[in-house]
Amino acid sequence: MNAPDIEQLERLCKQFRIDIINTLHERQTGHPGGSLSLVEILTTLYYTQMNVDPGRPDMPERDRLVLCKGHGAPALYRVLAEKGFFPVAEMKTLRCFESRLQGHPCPLHTPGIDAATGPLGIGLSAALGMALGLRLDGSAARVYAILGDGELNEGTVWEACMSAAKFHADNLCAVVDWNGVQLDGPADKIMPMGDIHAKFTAFGWNCIECPGHDIGALFNAFELAKKVKGVPTVILAHTVKGKGVSFMEGQSAWHGKAIDDESYEKAIADLGGAD
Amino acid sequence: MPKSIRDAYGEALLKYGRDDERVVVLDADLSGSTKSGIFGKACPERFFNVGIAESNMTAMAAGMASVGKIPFVNTFAVFLTSIGLIAAREFGSYSKLPIKLAGAYSGMSDAFDGPSHHALEDIAIMRSLPNFKVFVPCDEHQTEWVVKNAIDDPSPMYLRLSRDVFPAVYSPDASFEEGKGNIVRGGSDATVIACGLMVGKALEAADRLAKDGLSVRVVDMFCIKPLDSELVVRCARETGAIVTAEEHNIFGGLGSAVSEALCRAGVQVPSAFAGVNDMHGECGPYDKLQHKYGFDADAVEAKLREVLARK
Repeated sequence: MNAPDIEQLERLCKQFRIDIINTLHERQTGHPGGSLSLVEILTTLYYTQMNVDPGRPDMPERDRLVLCKGHGAPALYRVLAEKGFFPVAEMKTLRCFESRLQGHPCPLHTPGIDAATGPLGIGLSAALGMALGLRLDGSAARVYAILGDGELNEGTVWEACMSAAKFHADNLCAVVDWNGVQLDGPADKIMPMGDIHAKFTAFGWNCIECPGHDIGALFNAFELAKKVKGVPTVILAHTVKGKGVSFMEGQSAWHGKAIDDESYEKAIADLGGAD
Repeated sequence: MPKSIRDAYGEALLKYGRDDERVVVLDADLSGSTKSGIFGKACPERFFNVGIAESNMTAMAAGMASVGKIPFVNTFAVFLTSIGLIAAREFGSYSKLPIKLAGAYSGMSDAFDGPSHHALEDIAIMRSLPNFKVFVPCDEHQTEWVVKNAIDDPSPMYLRLSRDVFPAVYSPDASFEEGKGNIVRGGSDATVIACGLMVGKALEAADRLAKDGLSVRVVDMFCIKPLDSELVVRCARETGAIVTAEEHNIFGGLGSAVSEALCRAGVQVPSAFAGVNDMHGECGPYDKLQHKYGFDADAVEAKLREVLARK
């Protein structure tokens, strides 16, 4: 894969952030913090890595993405819309009655979604099942699973880790959106996970750490992951919850709070979106 | 001696799955008990033993289903419908992925392991999930059909299996249809609507009543969902009394499903529920458990005499 046009992707990310805040403010529901921390991860995947076709969302040979932290749906929808899976204008129907854009992703509703997620902990297992099923068919497709670091509290994640190592799922690449904050507070206070890198390594995974808002670094990490054979890879992406909006950054209060008008004005100004 | 339900299941999985590349089989370290190991031995590349990790197993199966596989998910019924439930709900029920959950050792068939290993609520749980179909085979031949049907029908399914040998009900060439109960014995004074083990027990009870000149119809309702409501209503109208019989809590299972059908139709007849009376069991020999906890021929006979007296 040729090196991406990083400046162009950064401009896209800036626009995505503004649009996510616009949508969440307009709808007065949805999760800002964990959506903003995901933007570069999703953009790098969909614009430099994944083989997908908006004209054929069910293309069998496509790469798959499971957004295990399903509450990050606004970010995923915005990227999919830009790719052409559905109109960008549809973003304003997020969480609306009879909308295709459900509060959490579901393939039956939304083109481009590969798995229903929302309950934390089971997405990585589903992604692993996809990877093993595709391998049985001799497919070259890869499967990406994006987890929150809070989600690592769920025991099933570690069951999936054991199975992925046992079955040598090297077509599976997990990404931890490691923003250090979960709903009730700082992740190390709610449930200290200890040395996450060492944990994945101990479970037999190839583990790569990288700055999660640096598109070049993410690109290099995904390229490296593709070269690793025989074991699954996890990319521990160091991110900031609420990235780009000063007063949301690192704040658990903005995990799922509705954005009031005053906060909205400040947020848009922070993101450089003011007229 | 007929085959046990688990042997019939394991052999059918191999028979219909061996040459069908879509079929994959998962187990959680119980493949010797569930008999999924029969398939695993013959087709190791399509067999996934995930260790003791039922939640992971069920979600993995969903991922396989989403890329075109037909996964059979194996462990004891009690664990599958509890620890595996969140994945069953999200991916099977909500996403309509064709996962086939095979609940082994249901009811009290894991007799000596005791209540922690019994499953008396699994029908209630699984039939409350939209899009899931629920099957309870009553003998070895029907078990084989249930496996074949699970491969042919791309719906999420719960197959309620057993460790044990059930009384023979059908001949090897019997055929079945989803959503259609079978009248396995004609009768006009009352109807027993039964599933699983209780079909054979109901036939035994009907024989006993025949000696008193009472004519009891027996229906095998192997497909709990979708339920053959039309047959339920017809039996109530034609025989005037209904007894349901199941190796399950009397709340939430076949008895409840039958009652719902009668209620919707506005048909009220003397009815009674043979099954476990909202309690947990204990360990012990299976036949003694069947008697003490109300799912044997004696229990069906008593309920029949009760509803006949109320007619």
